[in-house]
Amino acid sequence: MKIDLQAVEDTAKELYIRALKVLPPDIKQGFGRLVTNETGATAKRVLATMVQNIAVAEQTDNLLCQDTGVPIYNLWIGKGVEVDGQALKQAIRRGCERATREYPLRSSVVHPLTRKNEHTSCGIEVPVIHIDFSDELDNLRIEMIPKGSGSENNSFLKMAVPADGIAAIKTFVIDCVLAAGGKTCPPTIVGVGLGGTSDLAVALAKRAATRPLGSACADAAGAELEQQLSIAVNQLGVGPQGLGGDATAFAVHIELAATHITMNPIAVNMQCHSARRARADITPTGVAFGF
Amino acid sequence: MAHHELTMPATEAQVRALRVNDTVTLQQRLFGIRDATQIHMFDRGRTTRFDLRGHAVIHTAPNVRKVERSDAFPAGYQPVCVGTTTSDRMERFTRPLMEQYGVRLVVGKGGLREASAQAFQDLGGAYLAIIGGTAALETTWVEQIEDVDLDDLNPESLWQFRIRDFGPLLVAMDSHGASLYDGVRDAAQARRAAVLASLGVPP
Repeated sequence: MKIDLQAVEDTAKELYIRALKVLPPDIKQGFGRLVTNETGATAKRVLATMVQNIAVAEQTDNLLCQDTGVPIYNLWIGKGVEVDGQALKQAIRRGCERATREYPLRSSVVHPLTRKNEHTSCGIEVPVIHIDFSDELDNLRIEMIPKGSGSENNSFLKMAVPADGIAAIKTFVIDCVLAAGGKTCPPTIVGVGLGGTSDLAVALAKRAATRPLGSACADAAGAELEQQLSIAVNQLGVGPQGLGGDATAFAVHIELAATHITMNPIAVNMQCHSARRARADITPTGVAFGF
Repeated sequence: MAHHELTMPATEAQVRALRVNDTVTLQQRLFGIRDATQIHMFDRGRTTRFDLRGHAVIHTAPNVRKVERSDAFPAGYQPVCVGTTTSDRMERFTRPLMEQYGVRLVVGKGGLREASAQAFQDLGGAYLAIIGGTAALETTWVEQIEDVDLDDLNPESLWQFRIRDFGPLLVAMDSHGASLYDGVRDAAQARRAAVLASLGVPP
């Protein structure tokens, strides 16, 4: 399958706007679970307002949250897909720029030193584009994640040592959730990246934070630990918006990689309750949008 | 747990009457302010032509559409999506906003810290918590962008919104030294040891 770059550009634009407007069904179901289990009076009201906002966004065809975030595009190139890699990245960038200018969206992206805003949601190395490969025949999959800053500002890395063991991982995750308090717009998805190098651990944490609810870590030991931590963080009482209650997190997700005999890296990255993402599959029959 | 309807600007007495866990609905006018706005106002010597005395500011940088100036859009901007950002980053600006500009209320999410709590006590102010991430709903409470200043900082300009039934907002920090965030943080810290024990982590 030869990739039509105009279709990629149009899809990249559409994905940004879709992601900002409609929450994925797994997140909506996650709200349902939290609402059912919540015992705090203030927390119940806070969660009800969040659920109401999801409906208002759909009824008024508006953005869920004003934070258009840092745009992230994750791509998976399937078998038999023919595409010029550099042109593919440029098409994604043009789509991101067009979404911002044509909708128009707030450009939340600035130069880190001059703080200059190009008003395109683009800048040096942004949008963030990750490219990977898949087994799927004739399929180019594009996932778009507008990553909000309230949650992103609460990102943590600890290069623990082997002697600190799993206890260090558990303690660090709990302490990060306590340190974040209401600043991350809880209930969150707490993404934990374990192992690898420092940069890989942080990337894994982001992958974990943006994984659909209900999915599990592919590694058995990781899956068991994420279940334990999911229960534990909701016993802290931070609650929705840090105003107290049971619903501190939808879940703790873990992604892990092998690491060095001397290392025990732990990264934490959080996703806010507006856990937005959108996906498209470009195939020979056209573009199919999903989550 | 009283409910207060406040038509802005408010008096010191009205703001001192607010207690944590009360709710507030704002009417008439609200100013939008953010990191860059306050960095320029308080670190770089810039000033605003707006009279903020007795008013409420909200920590925001909205999505807007540039349109022709008209009666409906006097500032040449149509609101698209107006939401609220995390307040904590702007902690150090609470006191100068109140002392130099007479601001009485800060609307935000996630709370402010001790220095702000002290400023609210000393000068007569309060923090009103809005539910972060509920911008679609919040936008329905904004009738118009009446005016804009420091617009070279767009989207972090100083925005003047006309509002109707903006709330209910929760009084989360009051002028009597109370903060809901302190209570939640202390209680969560107190649970830390038991939660770690449940995970098999030795003390």
